[in-house]
Amino acid sequence: MTAAPAMSAAAGADVLLEVERLTMRFGGLVAINDVSFHARRRQITGIIGPNGAGKTTLFNCITGFYKPTVGRLTLRREDGEQFLLERMDGFRIGQKARVARTFQNIRLFTGMSVLENLMVAQHNKLMLASGYTVLGLFGAPVFRRAEAEARDLAVSWLERIGLTAVADQPAGSLPYGAQRRLEIARAMCTDPVLLCLDEPAAGLNPRESADLNALLMSIRDEYDIGLLLIEHDMSVVMGISDHIVVLDYGSKIAEGTPLAIRNDPAVIRAYLGEDEQE
Amino acid sequence: MSANVAAPQAPSVFFQAAKEAFFTAILVAMLSILMVGYQTEVLQGQNMSYVTRFGDVMWAVILVPVGRFLLVLGRSGMLWPPVVLAGAATIYLFGAAVLGLLGLAIYPTLPLPYDQPMVNAIFAVGGLFVVAGAARARRDRTKGAQTFEKREAAEARQAHVAKNLSRILGPILIVVALVIPWTPWGDRALVDSLVLVMTYVMLGWGLNIVVGLAGLLDLGYVAFYAVGAYTYGKLSTSLGLTFWESLPIAGAMAALFGIILGFPVLRLRGDYLAIVTLGFGEIIRIILINWQAFTGGPNGIGNITRVDFFGLPFERNPAPGTESFHTFFGIDFSTTHRVVFLYYVIIALALITNFVTIRLRKMPIGRAWEALREDETACRALGINPTNTKLTAFAIGAMFAGFAGSFFAARQGFVSPESFTFIESAVILAIVVLGGMGSQVGVALAALLLIGLPEVLRDLSLYRMLVFGGVMVLIMLWRPKGLLAYREPTLLLHGRRGKKKAEVPA
Amino acid sequence: MDWFPYFLQQLINGLTLGSIYGLIAIGYTMVYGIIGMVNFAHGDVYMIGAFQAMIVLLLCGTLGISWIPLQLLLMLVVAMVLTAAYGWTVERIAYRPLRGTQRLAPLITAIGMSIFLQNYVQLVQGPRPKPVESLISGGIPVMTRAEGGFVVTLGYMQIIIVLLTVALMAGFTLVITRTSLGRAQRACEQDMKMASLLGVNVDRTISMTFVMGAGLAAIAGSMVTLYYGNNDFYMGFLAGIKAFTAAVLGGIGSLPGAMLGGILLGLIEAMWSAYFSAEYKDVAAFGVLVLVLIFRPTGLLGRPEVEKV
Repeated sequence: MTAAPAMSAAAGADVLLEVERLTMRFGGLVAINDVSFHARRRQITGIIGPNGAGKTTLFNCITGFYKPTVGRLTLRREDGEQFLLERMDGFRIGQKARVARTFQNIRLFTGMSVLENLMVAQHNKLMLASGYTVLGLFGAPVFRRAEAEARDLAVSWLERIGLTAVADQPAGSLPYGAQRRLEIARAMCTDPVLLCLDEPAAGLNPRESADLNALLMSIRDEYDIGLLLIEHDMSVVMGISDHIVVLDYGSKIAEGTPLAIRNDPAVIRAYLGEDEQE
Repeated sequence: MSANVAAPQAPSVFFQAAKEAFFTAILVAMLSILMVGYQTEVLQGQNMSYVTRFGDVMWAVILVPVGRFLLVLGRSGMLWPPVVLAGAATIYLFGAAVLGLLGLAIYPTLPLPYDQPMVNAIFAVGGLFVVAGAARARRDRTKGAQTFEKREAAEARQAHVAKNLSRILGPILIVVALVIPWTPWGDRALVDSLVLVMTYVMLGWGLNIVVGLAGLLDLGYVAFYAVGAYTYGKLSTSLGLTFWESLPIAGAMAALFGIILGFPVLRLRGDYLAIVTLGFGEIIRIILINWQAFTGGPNGIGNITRVDFFGLPFERNPAPGTESFHTFFGIDFSTTHRVVFLYYVIIALALITNFVTIRLRKMPIGRAWEALREDETACRALGINPTNTKLTAFAIGAMFAGFAGSFFAARQGFVSPESFTFIESAVILAIVVLGGMGSQVGVALAALLLIGLPEVLRDLSLYRMLVFGGVMVLIMLWRPKGLLAYREPTLLLHGRRGKKKAEVPA
Repeated sequence: MDWFPYFLQQLINGLTLGSIYGLIAIGYTMVYGIIGMVNFAHGDVYMIGAFQAMIVLLLCGTLGISWIPLQLLLMLVVAMVLTAAYGWTVERIAYRPLRGTQRLAPLITAIGMSIFLQNYVQLVQGPRPKPVESLISGGIPVMTRAEGGFVVTLGYMQIIIVLLTVALMAGFTLVITRTSLGRAQRACEQDMKMASLLGVNVDRTISMTFVMGAGLAAIAGSMVTLYYGNNDFYMGFLAGIKAFTAAVLGGIGSLPGAMLGGILLGLIEAMWSAYFSAEYKDVAAFGVLVLVLIFRPTGLLGRPEVEKV
């Protein structure tokens, strides 16, 4: 691999995702150019940048929708197990490495009920419990138990995001903000170690946005996972991120705490404009 | 009342209607002048000649534009004149057609546009269309313009009706199906037709897994039906296996074919998958025609052991030393025994298909199928293996087609490639879509309609498939989502009655 | 170079057949490009085109028109216009009312329409195959193989078919790229809702697409009538499937792709029949389609889809 080992030495024990020298080209277009950074467990890592900076492409590389042209993406579990994400098929990243994501334009199973959306998210676990359907077909107790547990987990998430009352309605009939929350809950139901959120606050009103902040922070504090967050809404990013990576034209131009980023002249120039609006 | 609505704009409405009727007349003339006006005939020695039928063209050029004229008037709010005129024409033409079909002597004396009763009946359907159009326009008018919300509400209502209807209809259909051979109407011909209908119900339910649940457009489903049929045919003629012994093998073979064919192509999306499956269907058929040594070529495989009653054959004169169904039970021999038994076998097979499908839907795999139909990208993000999931749907669907195929072979006693043409795949797909994708009762109804109807129309040999195609179009136009379209969640938090539409906290 | 004459003859035959597939395939590819549906009735529209061309020829005989160019012209024009009416009607009745519903509904009406049209023709014209005397026979001997006296012939009919196809393709490309109708079609292809907001008459544009597709299919039908001279009501089915295969092979939605796919398919069939077995030529055609799709899922000239997430 072309990755420089220099970075790994600096990586502390709680580094969850190591992005090393990631480059993604589409034909002649360089969407991501030699980007390296770390995302840590129990932290929210914000990724910001102007439109077209390559944020979503970065997500697509991490979650296996694109194969990076160059670079290494290492996911380290707490138990020491490592996954090289760039070598894995798209769905295996969710299944084995347990990286979950949400989408910029919400992708729920709109015709299925809210509860079913959360059950589908627990597919792999339930598939095993159902003995790859064979045991399940005959109603084996193992499967029934697993199904009940899955349902309890789903219900607990529904309560948390305030959608218990509409559990049986088609997900597509929910209002926009509720769909965003449901998508996050669905991702969480896969029991991920890394949760990637692609503009979760887009289209939310200020109140919903504040609720979202609270939800994300509670996820960070309660679960032992890392969050990766693409966001345009500065109040969200600055308010809840522990660490921020700034991209511009596919390259990383800055990295640091929200305060440092706020005062970084390169960031102000490229992204926030000469005169800070805050 | 209707006049009040139409009066202020009457001249322009009439003008508009006349204009449209004029264009319709030109169109109908263009469509019919050569195709209907000149019937080509092949003479001796490869020469051709023709007979003209300008009378038929003329009537079409008169009747269709008149219908269009009335329809435009009806749509613009005039109710009674179009309904009365078109209605009267419909009743007259349809009544006359019925008289003609019954072969009554009065028919030729009636003044009618066409000699053939069925053609008059088809024009009667056109009249019905006008009446329906006018009535619908009136309904929309009194209820105000259609808005998006209203349409959604109407769809929700329809789904609700469909749900309740299926809940009532399902058990009723099963009971009727079970007792019908014992009723006075359950004669051999009817039961025989019902066997055919039930075969298609089973095929429809099988394909429903692939198309309705997993959302994979399969236009070559008949290939797996063929694999099942030929598997039993070969096992019976070469190895002497009975139907019951072959049944699981036939299903397994079909499933295996499903996996082999599915593996390379299931990555393809939507219509690409459709054309490739269609291609596979044709490939299998061509191989069946041409691989003389194994499949018997165009003549197929004959002398396949018919289905037996768990070891007892249905034969008038059983071989010496063996028993037959009627000798064992000490009853008189009747060919009906076999038909009735076949009927129950296929009902059992179909119900098993149905039961397994309903169970599968509630399994993780079933939910994954539906999720995959809704959004494959999201599925991958959730760690669901799309290829394996699709492959299971494909294989399980194929397996049921294999069962149905081996039943078909056991019923017929012979198999040949001509039973497995593309049109069969198309009909099965039509059953699934017309039924309302995913709705088990809907599929059964659609099969009853699409397979039963041609059976009823058997006497109209020439018009049978014409009506069949027309009905397919009309039903789809009438209910684009299918006859009984609704989806019930696979698990409910609040039970069947549920809470009334709850407020969603924003 | 002993194999060459035979090969050359197959090449000529394949090209001719391929041109016909290509002409039909354009109808599929245009409709697919604009409304994203497979018009299964298109093959039957082609069949109707062949029948109408045949009837025009017959009438020419009755009317005493014997000058071949005039016969050809009449046949093409009349068949094109009258078949276009069928294309328009099919769209108007079976597809337009279903616009904006779920994807499968128009597919089913298309299959229903196909069944309807086949049986309609069987009813009005009878089920027996219709032999048509060839109007133009003979050809130019291109070369002769030394032994066996095998003469490679370039038939006049073959020349006409290929030239006509080339001319139509050129004209068609002009229509699509240079006229306002073509612009409207391309706009609808990209975004139907936006096109309609910008004042493009979407219904009319789609109707015209069907009319054009049907017109081309009628020309293909006329050519087949003259070339093979054996029409029956079922001929549209296989030709339709082949042409759709050609459209997918070339990359559905792409006009040059349809032509390329058609010619490739024609060549594969001719070569396979000549060198392997005529019985399995359809298997070969579908086999190539499957292979192409596996390695290039959007066809040869189709734009590769970049998945947006």
